[in-house]
Amino acid sequence: MSWSWPYFFDYMINGLMLRGVWVTIWLSIISMILGLGLGILAALMKMYGNRGTRYIAEFYIWLFRGTPILIQLVIIYTGLPQLGIRFNVVESCILGLALNEGAYLAEIIRSGIMSVDKGQEDASRAVGMNWRERMWLVILPQATRTIIPPLGNQFNGMLKTTSLCSVISMQELMRSAQMIAQIQFRVLEAYCIAALWYLLLVSIWGLVQTRIEAHYERPFGSEEAKPNNEK
Amino acid sequence: MNDTGLVVAIKNVKKSFGNNVVLDGINLDVSKGEVVVICGRSGSGKSTLLRCIDQLETVDSGEIRAAGHLMGFKELNAKIVPLKDASVAIQQRDIGMVFQNFNLFPHVSVLENIMIAPTRILKRKKDEVEKEALALLERVGLPDKKNAYPRQLSGGQQQRIAIARALAMKPKLMLFDEPTSALDPEMISEVLDVMVDLSKAGMTMIVVTHEMGFARAAADRVILMHDAKIVEDATPKDFFENPKSEHTRLFLSKILQH
Ligand SMILES: Nc1ncnc2c1ncn2[C@@H]1O[C@H](COP(=O)(O)OP(=O)(O)OP(=O)(O)O)[C@@H](O)[C@H]1O
Ligand SMILES: [Mg+2]
Repeated sequence: MSWSWPYFFDYMINGLMLRGVWVTIWLSIISMILGLGLGILAALMKMYGNRGTRYIAEFYIWLFRGTPILIQLVIIYTGLPQLGIRFNVVESCILGLALNEGAYLAEIIRSGIMSVDKGQEDASRAVGMNWRERMWLVILPQATRTIIPPLGNQFNGMLKTTSLCSVISMQELMRSAQMIAQIQFRVLEAYCIAALWYLLLVSIWGLVQTRIEAHYERPFGSEEAKPNNEK
Repeated sequence: MNDTGLVVAIKNVKKSFGNNVVLDGINLDVSKGEVVVICGRSGSGKSTLLRCIDQLETVDSGEIRAAGHLMGFKELNAKIVPLKDASVAIQQRDIGMVFQNFNLFPHVSVLENIMIAPTRILKRKKDEVEKEALALLERVGLPDKKNAYPRQLSGGQQQRIAIARALAMKPKLMLFDEPTSALDPEMISEVLDVMVDLSKAGMTMIVVTHEMGFARAAADRVILMHDAKIVEDATPKDFFENPKSEHTRLFLSKILQH
Protein backbone atom coordinates (compact mmCIF):
# COMPACT_ATOMS: atom_id res chain seq x y z
CA MET A 1 0.00 0.00 0.00
CA SER A 2 1.59 3.25 -1.09
CA TRP A 3 0.71 6.88 -0.39
CA SER A 4 -2.72 7.83 -1.70
CA TRP A 5 -3.61 11.42 -2.42
CA PRO A 6 -7.33 10.76 -2.83
CA TYR A 7 -7.51 9.35 0.69
CA PHE A 8 -5.39 12.19 1.93
CA PHE A 9 -7.73 14.87 0.58
CA ASP A 10 -10.77 12.90 1.57
CA TYR A 11 -9.57 12.70 5.19
CA MET A 12 -8.88 16.39 5.30
CA ILE A 13 -12.59 17.23 5.27
CA ASN A 14 -13.83 13.97 6.70
CA GLY A 15 -16.71 14.60 9.10
CA LEU A 16 -15.11 12.60 11.88
CA MET A 17 -11.87 14.52 11.49
CA LEU A 18 -13.61 17.90 11.52
CA ARG A 19 -15.48 16.93 14.65
CA GLY A 20 -12.18 16.03 16.22
CA VAL A 21 -10.79 19.44 15.31
CA TRP A 22 -13.73 21.16 16.93
CA VAL A 23 -13.45 19.06 20.10
CA THR A 24 -9.73 19.84 20.32
CA ILE A 25 -10.49 23.56 20.06
CA TRP A 26 -13.12 23.75 22.79
CA LEU A 27 -11.38 21.27 25.03
CA SER A 28 -8.23 23.42 24.87
CA ILE A 29 -10.07 26.68 25.51
CA ILE A 30 -12.16 25.43 28.43
CA SER A 31 -9.21 23.68 30.07
CA MET A 32 -7.05 26.76 29.61
CA ILE A 33 -9.60 29.09 31.17
CA LEU A 34 -10.12 26.79 34.15
CA GLY A 35 -6.36 26.27 34.40
CA LEU A 36 -5.88 30.02 34.43
CA GLY A 37 -8.32 30.35 37.31
CA LEU A 38 -6.54 27.59 39.22
CA GLY A 39 -3.17 29.14 38.41
CA ILE A 40 -4.18 32.58 39.68
CA LEU A 41 -5.64 31.05 42.81
CA ALA A 42 -2.55 28.94 43.49
CA ALA A 43 -0.20 31.87 42.81
CA LEU A 44 -2.11 34.20 45.16
CA MET A 45 -2.33 31.49 47.83
CA LYS A 46 1.39 30.89 47.58
CA MET A 47 2.32 34.58 47.63
CA TYR A 48 -0.17 36.11 50.02
CA GLY A 49 -1.66 33.22 51.94
CA ASN A 50 -0.98 32.06 55.45
CA ARG A 51 1.20 29.05 56.10
CA GLY A 52 -1.65 26.60 55.52
CA THR A 53 -2.80 27.92 52.14
CA ARG A 54 0.81 28.33 51.07
CA TYR A 55 1.53 24.66 51.72
CA ILE A 56 -1.63 23.59 49.92
CA ALA A 57 -0.64 25.63 46.86
CA GLU A 58 2.93 24.38 46.92
CA PHE A 59 1.81 20.77 47.26
CA TYR A 60 -0.58 21.15 44.33
CA ILE A 61 2.08 22.69 42.10
CA TRP A 62 4.65 20.10 43.13
CA LEU A 63 2.28 17.18 42.54
CA PHE A 64 0.98 18.18 39.12
CA ARG A 65 4.28 19.41 37.74
CA GLY A 66 6.06 16.34 39.00
CA THR A 67 3.90 13.67 37.39
CA PRO A 68 3.09 12.95 33.72
CA ILE A 69 -0.20 14.35 32.50
CA LEU A 70 -0.91 10.96 30.95
CA ILE A 71 -0.88 9.32 34.38
CA GLN A 72 -3.02 12.11 35.80
CA LEU A 73 -5.65 11.56 33.10
CA VAL A 74 -5.66 7.81 33.54
CA ILE A 75 -5.93 8.06 37.32
CA ILE A 76 -8.82 10.52 37.12
CA TYR A 77 -10.78 8.50 34.55
CA THR A 78 -9.98 4.89 35.33
CA GLY A 79 -8.44 5.01 38.80
CA LEU A 80 -10.76 7.22 40.86
CA PRO A 81 -13.91 5.12 40.20
CA GLN A 82 -12.27 2.53 42.44
CA LEU A 83 -12.84 5.04 45.27
CA GLY A 84 -16.35 5.72 44.07
CA ILE A 85 -15.42 9.03 42.43
CA ARG A 86 -16.66 8.96 38.86
CA PHE A 87 -16.15 11.46 36.09
CA ASN A 88 -17.23 10.91 32.51
CA VAL A 89 -14.72 11.19 29.69
CA VAL A 90 -15.24 14.88 29.00
CA GLU A 91 -15.12 15.81 32.68
CA SER A 92 -12.00 13.75 33.23
CA CYS A 93 -10.21 15.41 30.31
CA ILE A 94 -11.12 18.93 31.37
CA LEU A 95 -10.25 18.22 34.98
CA GLY A 96 -6.91 16.63 34.16
CA LEU A 97 -5.86 19.25 31.64
CA ALA A 98 -6.96 22.17 33.83
CA LEU A 99 -5.29 20.84 36.98
CA ASN A 100 -2.09 20.18 35.10
CA GLU A 101 -2.16 23.55 33.34
CA GLY A 102 -2.95 25.43 36.55
CA ALA A 103 0.18 24.08 38.20
CA TYR A 104 2.37 25.46 35.41
CA LEU A 105 0.46 28.73 35.12
CA ALA A 106 0.76 29.32 38.88
CA GLU A 107 4.52 29.74 38.55
CA ILE A 108 4.16 31.91 35.44
CA ILE A 109 1.61 34.13 37.19
CA ARG A 110 3.74 34.34 40.31
CA SER A 111 6.75 35.60 38.41
CA GLY A 112 4.47 38.01 36.53
CA ILE A 113 3.22 39.47 39.81
CA MET A 114 6.76 39.73 41.12
CA SER A 115 7.80 41.63 38.00
CA VAL A 116 5.45 44.50 38.89
CA ASP A 117 7.32 47.43 40.43
CA LYS A 118 7.08 47.61 44.21
CA GLY A 119 6.08 51.26 43.94
CA GLN A 120 2.76 50.19 42.41
CA GLU A 121 1.76 48.53 45.65
CA ASP A 122 2.64 51.70 47.58
CA ALA A 123 0.74 53.90 45.13
CA SER A 124 -2.37 51.75 45.16
CA ARG A 125 -2.36 51.55 48.95
CA ALA A 126 -1.90 55.30 49.15
CA VAL A 127 -5.09 56.00 47.18
CA GLY A 128 -6.93 53.70 49.58
CA MET A 129 -7.20 50.39 47.74
CA ASN A 130 -7.61 47.26 49.79
CA TRP A 131 -5.88 44.00 48.87
CA ARG A 132 -8.49 42.88 46.36
CA GLU A 133 -8.63 46.24 44.66
CA ARG A 134 -4.83 46.44 44.49
CA MET A 135 -4.71 42.98 42.92
CA TRP A 136 -7.47 43.35 40.36
CA LEU A 137 -7.04 47.00 39.43
CA VAL A 138 -3.30 47.49 39.59
CA ILE A 139 -1.07 44.45 40.13
CA LEU A 140 -2.64 41.70 37.98
CA PRO A 141 -3.34 43.98 34.98
CA GLN A 142 0.32 44.93 34.95
CA ALA A 143 1.50 41.38 35.57
CA THR A 144 -0.55 40.42 32.50
CA ARG A 145 1.99 42.07 30.28
CA THR A 146 4.70 39.72 31.53
CA ILE A 147 2.37 36.75 31.74
CA ILE A 148 0.87 36.89 28.23
CA PRO A 149 3.85 35.63 26.17
CA PRO A 150 4.48 32.48 28.26
CA LEU A 151 0.73 32.04 28.63
CA GLY A 152 0.45 31.98 24.84
CA ASN A 153 3.13 29.33 24.64
CA GLN A 154 1.26 27.30 27.23
CA PHE A 155 -1.88 27.44 25.09
CA ASN A 156 0.14 26.35 22.10
CA GLY A 157 1.22 23.36 24.19
CA MET A 158 -2.34 22.79 25.40
CA LEU A 159 -3.66 22.42 21.82
CA LYS A 160 -1.25 19.53 21.32
CA THR A 161 -1.46 18.05 24.82
CA THR A 162 -5.19 17.43 24.34
CA SER A 163 -4.12 14.59 22.02
CA LEU A 164 -3.25 12.58 25.14
CA CYS A 165 -6.94 12.51 25.99
CA SER A 166 -7.32 9.99 23.19
CA VAL A 167 -6.04 7.31 25.57
CA ILE A 168 -9.14 7.69 27.68
CA SER A 169 -11.21 7.62 24.49
CA MET A 170 -11.98 11.33 24.23
CA GLN A 171 -13.01 11.91 20.62
CA GLU A 172 -10.70 14.76 19.84
CA LEU A 173 -8.47 15.18 16.79
CA MET A 174 -5.97 12.45 17.60
CA ARG A 175 -8.67 9.91 18.39
CA SER A 176 -10.50 10.82 15.18
CA ALA A 177 -7.35 10.13 13.19
CA GLN A 178 -6.97 6.78 14.98
CA MET A 179 -10.52 5.81 14.14
CA ILE A 180 -10.21 6.84 10.52
CA ALA A 181 -6.92 5.01 10.20
CA GLN A 182 -8.53 1.83 11.45
CA ILE A 183 -11.31 1.88 8.87
CA GLN A 184 -9.22 1.64 5.72
CA PHE A 185 -5.76 1.16 7.24
CA ARG A 186 -4.62 4.41 5.63
CA VAL A 187 -2.54 5.12 8.72
CA LEU A 188 -0.03 7.53 7.25
CA GLU A 189 -2.62 9.65 5.44
CA ALA A 190 -4.86 9.86 8.50
CA TYR A 191 -2.15 10.88 10.93
CA CYS A 192 -0.60 13.32 8.47
CA ILE A 193 -3.95 15.08 8.19
CA ALA A 194 -4.22 15.22 11.96
CA ALA A 195 -0.72 16.65 12.13
CA LEU A 196 -1.65 19.26 9.51
CA TRP A 197 -4.70 20.28 11.52
CA TYR A 198 -2.59 20.71 14.67
CA LEU A 199 -0.15 22.82 12.66
CA LEU A 200 -2.99 24.96 11.36
CA LEU A 201 -4.52 25.47 14.82
CA VAL A 202 -1.18 26.34 16.37
CA SER A 203 -0.36 28.75 13.54
CA ILE A 204 -3.69 30.55 13.83
CA TRP A 205 -3.14 30.82 17.57
CA GLY A 206 0.31 32.28 16.87
CA LEU A 207 -1.30 35.11 14.92
CA VAL A 208 -3.88 35.74 17.64
CA GLN A 209 -1.16 35.70 20.30
CA THR A 210 0.86 38.34 18.46
CA ARG A 211 -2.16 40.66 18.42
CA ILE A 212 -2.93 40.09 22.10
CA GLU A 213 0.68 40.81 23.03
CA ALA A 214 0.64 44.01 21.00
CA HIS A 215 -2.53 45.08 22.78
CA TYR A 216 -0.99 44.68 26.23
CA GLU A 217 2.25 46.34 25.16
CA ARG A 218 0.46 49.45 23.95
CA PRO A 219 0.58 51.52 27.17
CA PHE A 220 4.28 50.71 27.49
CA GLY A 221 5.21 51.19 23.85
CA SER A 222 7.30 53.87 22.22
CA GLU A 223 6.33 56.74 19.93
CA GLU A 224 4.49 54.78 17.22
CA ALA A 225 2.05 53.37 19.76
CA LYS A 226 1.02 56.80 20.95
CA PRO A 227 -2.71 57.19 21.33
CA ASN A 228 -4.32 60.23 19.79
CA ASN A 229 -3.44 63.17 21.92
CA GLU A 230 -5.25 66.39 21.36
CA LYS A 231 -1.91 68.07 20.93
CA MET B 1 -9.45 66.83 62.25
CA ASN B 2 -10.58 66.57 65.82
CA ASP B 3 -11.54 69.19 68.36
CA THR B 4 -7.91 70.18 68.83
CA GLY B 5 -7.72 71.35 65.21
CA LEU B 6 -4.85 69.02 64.53
CA VAL B 7 -4.71 67.09 61.26
CA VAL B 8 -1.68 65.13 62.42
CA ALA B 9 -0.80 64.20 66.00
CA ILE B 10 2.12 61.82 66.39
CA LYS B 11 3.02 60.60 69.87
CA ASN B 12 6.28 58.87 70.73
CA VAL B 13 6.46 56.79 67.58
CA LYS B 14 9.19 54.18 67.38
CA LYS B 15 10.12 52.01 64.46
CA SER B 16 13.05 49.69 63.76
CA PHE B 17 14.07 47.50 60.86
CA GLY B 18 15.87 44.70 62.65
CA ASN B 19 18.51 46.33 64.79
CA ASN B 20 18.33 49.54 62.81
CA VAL B 21 16.34 52.13 64.79
CA VAL B 22 14.75 54.33 62.13
CA LEU B 23 12.25 56.35 64.19
CA ASP B 24 13.21 56.93 67.80
CA GLY B 25 10.41 58.59 69.72
CA ILE B 26 8.93 60.95 67.15
CA ASN B 27 6.43 63.57 68.34
CA LEU B 28 4.84 65.84 65.77
CA ASP B 29 1.67 67.92 65.56
CA VAL B 30 0.44 69.52 62.37
CA SER B 31 -2.52 71.91 62.39
CA LYS B 32 -5.11 72.24 59.67
CA GLY B 33 -3.73 74.15 56.70
CA GLU B 34 -0.16 73.99 57.93
CA VAL B 35 2.73 73.16 55.60
CA VAL B 36 5.60 71.33 57.27
CA VAL B 37 8.86 70.70 55.45
CA ILE B 38 11.06 67.85 56.66
CA CYS B 39 14.70 67.63 55.73
CA GLY B 40 17.68 65.66 56.93
CA ARG B 41 20.44 63.58 55.51
CA SER B 42 19.93 60.25 53.77
CA GLY B 43 18.85 57.46 56.09
CA SER B 44 17.63 59.77 58.86
CA GLY B 45 14.12 58.27 58.66
CA LYS B 46 12.17 60.88 56.68
CA SER B 47 10.56 58.49 54.23
CA THR B 48 9.81 55.99 56.95
CA LEU B 49 8.01 58.68 58.97
CA LEU B 50 5.77 59.57 56.00
CA ARG B 51 5.20 55.90 55.22
CA CYS B 52 4.18 55.25 58.84
CA ILE B 53 1.72 58.14 58.76
CA ASP B 54 0.09 56.65 55.65
CA GLN B 55 0.34 53.08 57.02
CA LEU B 56 2.60 51.85 54.23
CA GLU B 57 4.68 50.77 57.22
CA THR B 58 3.43 49.90 60.69
CA VAL B 59 4.93 51.45 63.79
CA ASP B 60 6.44 49.40 66.62
CA SER B 61 5.03 51.66 69.35
CA GLY B 62 3.45 55.05 69.85
CA GLU B 63 0.40 56.37 68.02
CA ILE B 64 -0.35 58.32 64.90
CA ARG B 65 -3.55 60.26 64.48
CA ALA B 66 -4.00 61.65 60.99
CA ALA B 67 -6.93 63.04 59.01
CA GLY B 68 -9.26 62.13 61.87
CA HIS B 69 -8.15 58.49 62.20
CA LEU B 70 -6.06 56.61 64.70
CA MET B 71 -3.96 55.15 61.90
CA GLY B 72 -3.90 51.36 61.75
CA PHE B 73 -6.11 50.91 64.80
CA LYS B 74 -9.60 51.35 66.10
CA GLU B 75 -10.69 52.27 69.57
CA LEU B 76 -13.19 49.77 70.92
CA ASN B 77 -14.52 50.25 74.47
CA ALA B 78 -11.30 51.93 75.62
CA LYS B 79 -9.29 49.15 73.99
CA ILE B 80 -7.10 49.71 70.96
CA VAL B 81 -7.39 47.00 68.30
CA PRO B 82 -5.29 46.66 65.12
CA LEU B 83 -7.29 47.07 61.92
CA LYS B 84 -7.46 44.65 59.01
CA ASP B 85 -6.13 45.61 55.58
CA ALA B 86 -9.53 46.66 54.21
CA SER B 87 -10.21 49.00 57.14
CA VAL B 88 -6.75 50.52 56.92
CA ALA B 89 -7.47 51.19 53.23
CA ILE B 90 -10.53 53.22 54.26
CA GLN B 91 -8.33 55.38 56.51
CA GLN B 92 -5.80 55.80 53.72
CA ARG B 93 -8.41 57.33 51.43
CA ASP B 94 -8.22 60.53 53.46
CA ILE B 95 -4.47 60.91 53.03
CA GLY B 96 -2.81 61.61 49.69
CA MET B 97 0.77 60.58 49.05
CA VAL B 98 3.20 61.61 46.34
CA PHE B 99 6.34 59.56 45.75
CA GLN B 100 9.80 60.33 44.50
CA ASN B 101 9.30 57.98 41.54
CA PHE B 102 5.73 59.13 40.76
CA ASN B 103 4.43 55.52 40.72
CA LEU B 104 1.67 56.31 38.25
CA PHE B 105 -0.29 53.29 37.04
CA PRO B 106 1.49 52.65 33.71
CA HIS B 107 -1.19 50.42 32.22
CA VAL B 108 -3.92 53.04 32.07
CA SER B 109 -4.26 56.54 30.65
CA VAL B 110 -3.66 59.74 32.57
CA LEU B 111 -7.39 60.33 32.99
CA GLU B 112 -7.88 56.76 34.21
CA ASN B 113 -5.02 57.21 36.69
CA ILE B 114 -6.93 60.08 38.26
CA MET B 115 -10.37 58.48 38.06
CA ILE B 116 -9.55 54.92 39.08
CA ALA B 117 -9.77 55.42 42.85
CA PRO B 118 -12.94 57.58 42.99
CA THR B 119 -14.82 55.40 40.48
CA ARG B 120 -13.59 51.90 41.38
CA ILE B 121 -13.18 52.30 45.13
CA LEU B 122 -15.68 54.96 46.14
CA LYS B 123 -18.01 53.77 43.33
CA ARG B 124 -18.85 57.34 42.42
CA LYS B 125 -20.53 58.19 39.12
CA LYS B 126 -18.17 58.26 36.16
CA ASP B 127 -19.30 61.50 34.50
CA GLU B 128 -19.21 63.40 37.78
CA VAL B 129 -15.70 62.10 38.59
CA GLU B 130 -14.54 62.85 35.05
CA LYS B 131 -15.58 66.47 35.45
CA GLU B 132 -13.52 66.73 38.62
CA ALA B 133 -10.58 64.91 37.00
CA LEU B 134 -10.55 67.35 34.10
CA ALA B 135 -10.63 70.25 36.55
CA LEU B 136 -7.67 68.70 38.38
CA LEU B 137 -5.77 68.33 35.11
CA GLU B 138 -6.44 71.99 34.49
CA ARG B 139 -5.18 72.78 37.97
CA VAL B 140 -1.86 70.98 37.43
CA GLY B 141 -1.54 72.53 33.99
CA LEU B 142 -1.96 69.41 31.85
CA PRO B 143 -5.46 69.50 30.38
CA ASP B 144 -4.26 68.23 26.99
CA LYS B 145 -2.64 65.05 28.36
CA LYS B 146 -5.74 63.21 29.50
CA ASN B 147 -5.45 60.44 26.91
CA ALA B 148 -1.70 59.99 27.15
CA TYR B 149 -0.11 57.05 28.92
CA PRO B 150 2.33 57.82 31.78
CA ARG B 151 5.32 56.59 29.75
CA GLN B 152 4.74 59.33 27.22
CA LEU B 153 5.11 62.11 29.77
CA SER B 154 8.17 63.82 31.16
CA GLY B 155 9.04 63.33 34.81
CA GLY B 156 7.65 66.72 35.77
CA GLN B 157 4.40 65.99 33.98
CA GLN B 158 4.13 62.57 35.60
CA GLN B 159 4.64 64.05 39.05
CA ARG B 160 1.93 66.65 38.44
CA ILE B 161 -0.44 63.84 37.36
CA ALA B 162 0.50 61.95 40.53
CA ILE B 163 -0.52 65.00 42.56
CA ALA B 164 -3.81 65.18 40.66
CA ARG B 165 -4.40 61.47 41.29
CA ALA B 166 -3.94 61.98 45.02
CA LEU B 167 -6.18 65.05 45.08
CA ALA B 168 -8.97 63.16 43.31
CA MET B 169 -9.71 61.39 46.60
CA LYS B 170 -10.19 64.80 48.28
CA PRO B 171 -7.63 64.07 51.01
CA LYS B 172 -7.44 66.01 54.24
CA LEU B 173 -3.67 65.66 54.30
CA MET B 174 -1.05 65.44 51.59
CA LEU B 175 2.33 63.75 52.08
CA PHE B 176 5.17 64.38 49.63
CA ASP B 177 8.31 62.23 49.72
CA GLU B 178 11.05 64.07 47.81
CA PRO B 179 8.67 64.88 44.95
CA THR B 180 11.33 66.61 42.87
CA SER B 181 14.41 64.51 43.59
CA ALA B 182 14.03 62.33 40.51
CA LEU B 183 13.44 65.28 38.18
CA ASP B 184 15.71 67.05 35.75
CA PRO B 185 16.48 70.52 37.15
CA GLU B 186 14.39 72.35 34.55
CA MET B 187 11.27 70.44 35.63
CA ILE B 188 11.51 71.02 39.36
CA SER B 189 9.77 74.37 39.40
CA GLU B 190 6.67 73.21 37.50
CA VAL B 191 6.03 70.67 40.27
CA LEU B 192 6.88 73.05 43.11
CA ASP B 193 4.52 75.65 41.61
CA VAL B 194 1.64 73.19 41.84
CA MET B 195 2.57 72.44 45.45
CA VAL B 196 2.78 76.12 46.36
CA ASP B 197 -0.68 76.64 44.83
CA LEU B 198 -1.97 73.72 46.85
CA SER B 199 -0.60 75.18 50.08
CA LYS B 200 -2.20 78.53 49.28
CA ALA B 201 -5.51 76.74 48.79
CA GLY B 202 -5.27 75.64 52.42
CA MET B 203 -4.13 72.03 52.08
CA THR B 204 -2.39 70.51 55.07
CA MET B 205 0.93 69.21 53.80
CA ILE B 206 4.03 67.39 55.04
CA VAL B 207 6.80 67.65 52.49
CA VAL B 208 10.12 65.84 52.61
CA THR B 209 12.37 67.88 50.36
CA HIS B 210 15.74 69.50 50.08
CA GLU B 211 14.34 72.33 48.00
CA MET B 212 15.03 75.12 50.46
CA GLY B 213 13.41 77.61 48.09
CA PHE B 214 10.12 75.80 48.59
CA ALA B 215 10.64 75.75 52.35
CA ARG B 216 11.14 79.51 52.39
CA ALA B 217 8.21 80.18 50.08
CA ALA B 218 5.54 77.84 51.40
CA ALA B 219 6.48 76.26 54.72
CA ASP B 220 5.04 77.26 58.07
CA ARG B 221 7.58 75.07 59.82
CA VAL B 222 10.80 73.36 58.84
CA ILE B 223 11.91 70.20 60.62
CA LEU B 224 15.31 68.54 60.62
CA MET B 225 15.56 64.82 61.25
CA HIS B 226 18.84 63.36 62.39
CA ASP B 227 19.51 59.76 63.38
CA ALA B 228 15.83 58.83 63.72
CA LYS B 229 14.95 61.90 65.80
CA ILE B 230 13.50 65.34 65.19
CA VAL B 231 16.28 67.71 66.23
CA GLU B 232 14.90 71.01 64.94
CA ASP B 233 11.33 72.25 64.53
CA ALA B 234 11.20 75.95 63.72
CA THR B 235 9.73 78.62 61.49
CA PRO B 236 11.58 78.91 58.16
CA LYS B 237 13.10 82.19 59.35
CA ASP B 238 14.50 80.69 62.54
CA PHE B 239 15.49 77.49 60.77
CA PHE B 240 17.69 79.26 58.25
CA GLU B 241 18.87 82.24 60.27
CA ASN B 242 18.89 81.12 63.85
CA PRO B 243 18.93 77.32 64.15
CA LYS B 244 19.14 75.86 67.65
CA SER B 245 20.65 72.52 66.75
CA GLU B 246 24.25 71.94 65.79
CA HIS B 247 22.99 69.37 63.26
CA THR B 248 20.92 72.02 61.51
CA ARG B 249 23.90 74.33 61.16
CA LEU B 250 25.95 71.48 59.72
CA PHE B 251 23.11 70.48 57.39
CA LEU B 252 22.64 74.04 56.14
CA SER B 253 26.34 74.54 55.54
CA LYS B 254 26.41 71.36 53.42
CA ILE B 255 23.33 72.35 51.44
CA LEU B 256 24.64 75.84 50.76
CA GLN B 257 27.89 74.46 49.42
CA HIS B 258 26.03 72.99 46.46
N1 LIG C 1 11.83 48.26 54.17
C1 LIG C 1 12.99 48.45 54.84
N2 LIG C 1 13.66 47.40 55.34
C2 LIG C 1 14.82 47.55 56.01
N3 LIG C 1 15.40 48.74 56.23
C3 LIG C 1 14.79 49.84 55.76
C4 LIG C 1 13.55 49.75 55.03
N4 LIG C 1 13.19 51.00 54.67
C5 LIG C 1 14.12 51.82 55.15
N5 LIG C 1 15.09 51.14 55.79
C6 LIG C 1 16.26 51.72 56.48
O1 LIG C 1 15.78 52.69 57.38
C7 LIG C 1 16.64 53.80 57.40
C8 LIG C 1 15.86 55.06 57.14
O2 LIG C 1 15.36 55.00 55.82
P1 LIG C 1 14.49 56.17 55.21
O3 LIG C 1 14.17 55.74 53.81
O4 LIG C 1 13.36 56.48 56.10
O5 LIG C 1 15.50 57.38 55.19
P2 LIG C 1 15.36 58.78 54.46
O6 LIG C 1 15.60 59.81 55.49
O7 LIG C 1 14.11 58.86 53.71
O8 LIG C 1 16.60 58.74 53.47
P3 LIG C 1 16.70 59.27 51.95
O9 LIG C 1 17.02 60.72 52.04
O10 LIG C 1 17.85 58.48 51.42
O11 LIG C 1 15.44 58.98 51.28
C9 LIG C 1 17.73 53.53 56.39
O12 LIG C 1 18.87 53.07 57.08
C10 LIG C 1 17.17 52.45 55.52
O13 LIG C 1 18.19 51.64 55.04
MG1 LIG D 1 13.61 58.93 51.65
